[in-house]
Amino acid sequence: MTVAKPTLEIPRSPLHRLPGGSQVIVAAFLLAGCVFLAIGSARSALFAQETVSGLASGGIYASLAVALVLIYRATEVVNFSQGAIATFTTYVAWQLMQWGISYWPAFVLTLALAFVGGIALERVAIRPVERASQLTVVIVSIGLLIAIEGAVGWIWSSQIRFMPSAFPIHPIHLGGVSFSLEDVGTIGVTIGAVVLLWAFFRFTKIGLAMRASATHPDAARLVGVRVSWMLALGWGFAAVLGAVSGMLAAASPSVLLQPSMMDGVLIYAFAAAVLGGLESPAGAVVGGLAIGVTLNLLASYVGFVTPQLLLPAAFVLMLGILLIKPSGLFGRPKVRKV
Amino acid sequence: MRAASRLLVIAATAAVIAWLPLQLSDYNRMQGASVAVYFIAILGLDILTGYAGQISIGNGAFMAIGGYTTAILTVHHGWTDVTTIPLAALAGFACGVVVGLPALRLSGAYLALLTFAVALAVPQIALNYSGFTGGNQGLPLPAHSGLWLYAVSWAASAILLVLAWLVLRGRTGRAFRAVRDSEIAAAASGVSLSIHKALAFGISAAYAAVAGSLLVLVNSFINPQMFGLTLSLYILIGAAVGGLGSLWGVLVGAIFVQLLPSGLQSTQVFHAAESVPVIFGVFLVVVMLVFPGGATQVLRIAGGVTRRVTRRRAAPEV
Amino acid sequence: MNALLELEGVGARYGPVTALRGVDLTVEEGEVVAVLGANGAGKTTLLRAISSSVRRSGGIRFAGRELGRRSPEGTARLGIAHVPEGRGTFVDLTVAENLRLGAYTRRGSMRDDLARVHSYFPWLRDRARQQAGTLSGGEQQMLALARALMQRPRLYLLDEPSLGLAPLLVAEIFRIVEELNRREGATVLVAEQNANAALRAADRAYVLEVGHVVLSGTSDDLARDEAVRRSYLGY
Repeated sequence: MTVAKPTLEIPRSPLHRLPGGSQVIVAAFLLAGCVFLAIGSARSALFAQETVSGLASGGIYASLAVALVLIYRATEVVNFSQGAIATFTTYVAWQLMQWGISYWPAFVLTLALAFVGGIALERVAIRPVERASQLTVVIVSIGLLIAIEGAVGWIWSSQIRFMPSAFPIHPIHLGGVSFSLEDVGTIGVTIGAVVLLWAFFRFTKIGLAMRASATHPDAARLVGVRVSWMLALGWGFAAVLGAVSGMLAAASPSVLLQPSMMDGVLIYAFAAAVLGGLESPAGAVVGGLAIGVTLNLLASYVGFVTPQLLLPAAFVLMLGILLIKPSGLFGRPKVRKV
Repeated sequence: MRAASRLLVIAATAAVIAWLPLQLSDYNRMQGASVAVYFIAILGLDILTGYAGQISIGNGAFMAIGGYTTAILTVHHGWTDVTTIPLAALAGFACGVVVGLPALRLSGAYLALLTFAVALAVPQIALNYSGFTGGNQGLPLPAHSGLWLYAVSWAASAILLVLAWLVLRGRTGRAFRAVRDSEIAAAASGVSLSIHKALAFGISAAYAAVAGSLLVLVNSFINPQMFGLTLSLYILIGAAVGGLGSLWGVLVGAIFVQLLPSGLQSTQVFHAAESVPVIFGVFLVVVMLVFPGGATQVLRIAGGVTRRVTRRRAAPEV
Repeated sequence: MNALLELEGVGARYGPVTALRGVDLTVEEGEVVAVLGANGAGKTTLLRAISSSVRRSGGIRFAGRELGRRSPEGTARLGIAHVPEGRGTFVDLTVAENLRLGAYTRRGSMRDDLARVHSYFPWLRDRARQQAGTLSGGEQQMLALARALMQRPRLYLLDEPSLGLAPLLVAEIFRIVEELNRREGATVLVAEQNANAALRAADRAYVLEVGHVVLSGTSDDLARDEAVRRSYLGY
């Protein structure tokens, strides 16, 4: 007796029942922001310059933020040492240049070294505490922060160094306004890096395996994925993004090459990651750019916002988000398992 | 450990601490006072993280609050420095409760993140409002002899330790531990999460504030750099290395954090000053990997081993 | 001749609780074997022990070789496809990506494997871009099976494929298992509470109670057995 093939319906799974309201509000808000920036830039050259400059800083925060998100998605670790790793790799780049290697080869070589270093770090320090309590993991990540930042000071001393820029100091003219090539270049490199990474995750087999390992490690193992190595790769890529962020930061005029260089950037990156929802790379990018532009415009136009108050401002922002919508703009609310 | 032997060890330790300054130079007495400062700060963190299970990496910021309360009252308003300490504690408590409010909705990594940001943000605020705080140049404070500082800071430590012990062994302490072990179970048993989390943050911050006041007195100086991220991290190191959730560990942690750097410096090994963070960091990671319970865990294991050995010697099996 | 899978005295514990003890079981190449038993009898643990998802004692031989201490991914690479209880579909990924992951360990082009899979599940072709989590329970179960097909395993381990599905879908799933066995000679070990459906599809069966094998034989014999009929077949 043949059984007639049943028609299979497609009920909407709860995953799709996102609060449609908040998504729309977020999109509207972002759109309004873009319109505001466009209008302002059209009316004032200074505004346009500050916006672009803010986007450049935002790009630096975004790169580091995506690194944080990668690691959080893969290993559920908030990596406090991400900034220190970025600093270390930037110093390595500096050292390579001191030894005579020219800028872009040194840049690429540093990325490769960062990749290997990130993997090694995960294997040595994080894997052993994979199943330990949140507290232990946080402390380990802080231990790494102290050790790595300390190592930078130890190897290269805390004397301020000068990092050459990738881009010649040379204004670029768009629509009658002159922008710094540095800023535009930074935005370009950041977007390039993020897009490359996205493509890797979307189109390659290993990228797919990494995505699967992050959300369903047990099922991934059953199809033969070496999950634990996928997590290590996540750390490797995160280190690469951190290196990009660090090298761009060091090249910018407002940041000096010193051991504590990325401390502030780390906070902005965290704020960006939290804003986007700790598990969404796209959200981290949008968050980073938004924070960069907002802080820069605030500093230029609002009187009492001095450079020292920027960090507390970012803190207040992060606090606000964590209180109102901890899953961030793009994240999904997490259910606490009993 | 039995109550009697425990009391004996405490008395002995107290005796050693009281006797020590008589044997030390003035400089070393100040070092001793610094150990007390860390002791109090680490004790505060231990209450919050070890007993109530709330991760906080921002206690340096509360030390800043205590320190600046003392400094501003002493320098700008002519108070006697010691009398500012209770007020500093109060200020710390209030700020701690305020920071603790978000803790109601956050946990684990998010909370650590928030407190990390606090640790970085507060010195920046101090730097900014330099009218009050003396900004980067800081404010000078009346100096005191090493002996005075030692006595005052250890007296404060003793008082705060006893207070902590009383709180922790009572209902509040049990409530803290319930919150740490399982929030859901605690809430289901009628323990108010909001009150206890806020309380834990408040107490911890009050302790940190007192430590901050004393730090400022020991250095007879204050500036924002003293309260940077490093300070918060070192308090955490002291608490973790000593062993979270144990009052004994606090002393071990304080000694470790204060004396290791100076010890290294005097031995001239590894370019001293600059290698300290690396050693601390690596040590911290290794400790967490091998003995997450810190020195207390090591001592407990050692204690267990010696007890087994002595028992076997005393009563041979037939 | 060696059976494809041989279990000898296999045991497993979860802390102080013994889930399996002294299990002897064989599966010949090309057979469909069912493991029956009530909830908590140890069926899931048995499959997990075979796929190395849980630590076990005793001996397991696969294709003549001892399956020593291994990771689940290592066992998967040997050619054992375990479709776990609850399906283990990657709900955040698309249908196509789920299938791609099935072929993770395989080299070369996926096209032939995809064609094969589509011949068993033609409706999957149109759903390639759909997010797996939005499929219904029955569809997800089929997707999980399809993913196992992509692995081209030597042994399929199916854990309670009928769980939560309507009778029509259960029949469909077991029809596909039979077809798989008929067309390709697939070797299948299926753990099931639904003894009716399982016995109809299987050649042989074992009955587990409290982690121990209490009965075994051909499915015809078991279907006629008085005790089995009363406890598991409901009549």
